[in-house]
Amino acid sequence: MNPSTEPAVVAAADPLESFLDREYSAGFVTDIESVTIPKGLNEDTIRLLSAKKHEPEWMLEWRLSAYRHWLTMQTPEWAQVSFPPVDFQDISYYSAPKSKKDGPKSLDEVDPELLRTYEKLGVPLHERARLAGVAVDAVFDSVSVATTFRKQLAEVGVIFCSFSEAVREHPELVRKYLGTVVPTSDNFYAALNSAVFSDGSFVFIPKGVRCPMELSTYFRINASETGQFERTLIIAEEGAYVSYLEGCTAPMRDENQLHAAVVELVALDDAKIKYSTVQNWYPGDKDGVGGIYNFVTKRGDCRGPRSHISWTQVETGSAITWKYPSVILRGDDSVGEFYSVALSNHRQQADTGTKMIHMGRNTRSTIISKGISAGHGSNAYRGLVRITPKAENARNYTQCDSLLIGKTCAAHTFPTMEVQNPTASVEHEATTSRIGEDQLFYAMQRGLSAEDAVSMIVNGFCKEVFKELPMEFAVEAQNLLGVSLEGSVG
Amino acid sequence: MLSIKDLHASIDEKSILRGLNLDVKPGEVHAIMGPNGAGKSTLSQVLAGRENYNVTKGTVDWDGQDLLAMPIEERARSGLFLAFQYPIEIPGVSNAYFLRAAVNAARRHQGLPELDAMDFIKLAKAEMKSVGMRDEFLYRSVNEGFSGGEKKRNEVLQMILLQPRLAILDETDSGLDIDALKVVADGVNRMRSPERSMIVITHYQRLLDYIVPDFVHVLAGGRIVRSGGRELALELEEHGYSWVMEGGKDQKGAAA
Repeated sequence: MNPSTEPAVVAAADPLESFLDREYSAGFVTDIESVTIPKGLNEDTIRLLSAKKHEPEWMLEWRLSAYRHWLTMQTPEWAQVSFPPVDFQDISYYSAPKSKKDGPKSLDEVDPELLRTYEKLGVPLHERARLAGVAVDAVFDSVSVATTFRKQLAEVGVIFCSFSEAVREHPELVRKYLGTVVPTSDNFYAALNSAVFSDGSFVFIPKGVRCPMELSTYFRINASETGQFERTLIIAEEGAYVSYLEGCTAPMRDENQLHAAVVELVALDDAKIKYSTVQNWYPGDKDGVGGIYNFVTKRGDCRGPRSHISWTQVETGSAITWKYPSVILRGDDSVGEFYSVALSNHRQQADTGTKMIHMGRNTRSTIISKGISAGHGSNAYRGLVRITPKAENARNYTQCDSLLIGKTCAAHTFPTMEVQNPTASVEHEATTSRIGEDQLFYAMQRGLSAEDAVSMIVNGFCKEVFKELPMEFAVEAQNLLGVSLEGSVG
Repeated sequence: MLSIKDLHASIDEKSILRGLNLDVKPGEVHAIMGPNGAGKSTLSQVLAGRENYNVTKGTVDWDGQDLLAMPIEERARSGLFLAFQYPIEIPGVSNAYFLRAAVNAARRHQGLPELDAMDFIKLAKAEMKSVGMRDEFLYRSVNEGFSGGEKKRNEVLQMILLQPRLAILDETDSGLDIDALKVVADGVNRMRSPERSMIVITHYQRLLDYIVPDFVHVLAGGRIVRSGGRELALELEEHGYSWVMEGGKDQKGAAA
């Protein structure tokens, strides 16, 4: 080389770019024959859907009243997201694989093509497979196609089944709890879900039972031009414990698909529910074409004294995420927790956070939110901590950190605190940092590749949240963020 | 081992290095001294591959390879180590994880098997003792909440674990009290060997009481204006940098 004319240039691809341009690996389509009802939404659609599921009259009435209320509501506009109006008449509200009759009784009856789909997604449904210690309810488009380990769970009195089945088999429990945490009129998307929800999971842990294995639901959207509207209801009776995980993926498509779920948790005296989500819906391409609109209402009710509800979420997918898993701390000495990692890359928009409503005495809540913005992504934390007048000695700690990768992304924080009792202690800490060139240079000077260095830094940023995830999901979450597992040294 | 010829570098259009020459042979320890703004840190950053700096002219030969064409991590893996003047914090990443990742990157490069967690911890604990670091530092986030002295010890620990062929110490003495300085110097001295070279960048001659260099160079205005043996540092201390810089006008780019 000629040193006087040819300045030395270090040839290295921008490490951040290559890290952020990974492909969406769950974007395949399963070729399976489905029954899909025509697009559009009216009372007849709901009657048809309810009939397909052989629902009792009370369930249909519940749906119809939700629908009638929904008609009076407006789409919420307050979130830090923007998208063209959704045409609710241009969506099919029910799509199910044809092979399914009344819900398979055992895995042998499940279409092998579906089994292969879940295998490919890393969620094998064979009970002796990788997730051997985890019972899985697999929801494919609008129906649950399989639920594993039912027998073992039934032996200790745990009910874990699809929501449709619960409506038929355990109507007394469903009627007692459905809509008691998220009323049908709660918000626009919750009302829509109440009208048209198709399936989901139902969990009941009886008094004093510690659920012997992790329960999980794996949601897969496959059909095009459909929405997925699942409903999950988890009840932990006095002294019961359950850890529940959910995962989600969808094919890559140019259209936007709507996913509007409702999750209700009820924890009675001394019960504990730990609910973890790894959300990896298709986020759209790098120009923002396609992707899932993830508009979800999740809420837990710490109904009994000393009850405990903990939400952990890793949100890496979806074109738009709009969700605020919340806890109503009704029982004295109850505890609510929210741990969140939300990543917005390319044109993704996330507006997510939590609400902690302190009503009981000595209630405590912890909020740890980690927002990562990259590309043209926009990430907002929105939180409400409310201490009601009767909540003596309530305590909240909120920590809200944003990490910016690159120069074209955005992070916003909208914390709200309403304190109506002078004995309360409410703390809020927030930081915003940019993934440092300094940090990258330092790690690379120690011999790490750029990719490993970025992964390590992002992983470190998320560590407080990842450690709340069950082991199986911690691995998946770290892989999703393209990070290598820290291993036993960490 | 390292041969720098007529190196020019700038940052944000501002020219910092203006024709620097330096030859470092195996086993040699070179001290580079100079006033603030002379380009001492720029030299270390350019050698390590920091991208904000623009090399506009010159060559750096690294054992027959064109150092300036190598990516940052390749330079590191081939044995070039920079002890940072201001070590960087990486929240949430344990020191143990970071150090092991670094050691294993170097071992892979050398075709050696990677160390597993147990072996690594054993090795790290033994070396930590030698630089006066408690075991708990393994489990704390990289440099986060470390005092200035603890950060510098951590740099020396990394150097010891990585066993580089060329170590560049960028003002490792700044902000250290005398006890920490001795520990750091002791660590560096134990690393001296006929195969390993060092470039010790410092503002003060004090460090050179503990790390005795083979050569001392004075860097001013982006080039080496004077070179000599150990005694040059003592002269500098006596007379100050202005003394060299005034006399330095005649010393056009003297090389070691």
